[in-house]
Amino acid sequence: MNTNSNTYTFIYATVMVVVVALMLAFVSSALKGIQTENIELDKKKQILSSLNINLEGEDAAALYDQYIVQELIINTNADIRSDVMGEAFALDFGKEISKEASERQLPLYVAAVEGATKYIIPMQGAGLWGSIWGYVSLDEDKNTVYGTYFSHASETPGLGAEIADKSFQHKFIGKKIFNNQDQLVSIAVTKPGQKADNQDQVDGISGGTITSQGVEAMLLNCLTQYEAYFKIKGGTEE
Amino acid sequence: MSKLMSAKTKEILLGPLAKNNPITVQVLGICSALAVTAKLEPAVVMGISVTIIVAFGNVIISLLRNTIPNRIRIIVQLVVIAALVTIVSEILKAFAYDVSVQLSVYIGLIITNCILMGRLEAFAMSNRPWESFIDGLGNGFGYAWILVAVAFFRELLGSGTLFGYQVIPQALYDAGYHNNGLMILPPMALILVACIIWVHRAKDKELQE
Repeated sequence: MNTNSNTYTFIYATVMVVVVALMLAFVSSALKGIQTENIELDKKKQILSSLNINLEGEDAAALYDQYIVQELIINTNADIRSDVMGEAFALDFGKEISKEASERQLPLYVAAVEGATKYIIPMQGAGLWGSIWGYVSLDEDKNTVYGTYFSHASETPGLGAEIADKSFQHKFIGKKIFNNQDQLVSIAVTKPGQKADNQDQVDGISGGTITSQGVEAMLLNCLTQYEAYFKIKGGTEE
Repeated sequence: MSKLMSAKTKEILLGPLAKNNPITVQVLGICSALAVTAKLEPAVVMGISVTIIVAFGNVIISLLRNTIPNRIRIIVQLVVIAALVTIVSEILKAFAYDVSVQLSVYIGLIITNCILMGRLEAFAMSNRPWESFIDGLGNGFGYAWILVAVAFFRELLGSGTLFGYQVIPQALYDAGYHNNGLMILPPMALILVACIIWVHRAKDKELQE
């Protein structure tokens, strides 16, 4: 057979594309269910991670049910839209944050750790190469950071990717997001040695300056969404 | 069994480890050697993934080699690689989610690795499946060991760790030792690869030009 004829080439290309497309579609749909479960489980792990809970060898889904006592959807004025478990969890925070301020639905997780209430705020921002995200948990005063979790899509290993490292995340513990004048200023991520003005700071990552700045911008942007809620002091009453 | 491992197939398997190394001699796959060698772990996983994909890509292309229309052979090779990489990444996402999260970037990078196209075009298009499979393994290992060697020095000198575990004792830091920040930047990978090429050529007279 002449494998160089135009007809053969056309037929070959068409058959190849169809076969490969069918194969990929089949693999994708066959694995969809397991993948979605994995993604949900991973989200639970991330949320728990911001509470400094050691997940090594633990059942994350069970721990999630144990620690997270309330899931809220609020708007930027701190009105509570929903407190049904599962609804806030299903929200895509990345999508919500890019909507108009008045339409944003903000998920908020309330956890009970050893009897104390913690508030967990989702984070979404941009690093050097792609998106970065995470969760920040606050103490009952809605001011002191209890723990953080950051991750990234494609930051440089050894440099920006270090934000996913516990040693970086632990630097935020105990920092305050409000300054002495009671303004929400978030936490600065500065180059080691530099001093931030009138706000708490942590050292950024050497060689990962743009990712560090991304974390700083993400913290300020996402925490600001919840400012009205933070200013309601004393518990979660409506 | 002797037929499976003749002198020729042995040469196909072992050649790429030294005399015909894809990175140091053919100078292919340099881009990913820079990108993933700041730490040992991604380097090891990248080496394994590339080995698997180049071996199976070679087999598939070798099986199809007599049917592929000459004018679109590069496209066919690309489709085979892209399909393989996509399937591997989907399977990882379903059954080894943690690994797939760590590797998200590198999996996609495999498609752009010149070694794959190089071996498919130069070897699998004109050899039988078994030899092609061996050739894929050989080149994958040749690629992997350079990656691991470079990552070993970059992680040790750049971060003081290996596989994330601290190996340089704290006492040394207290005595004034500092991690070399240059090591974790991509240019240092080029310099290290160049050092390996230097040693390699100094020892092997055949490679000198």
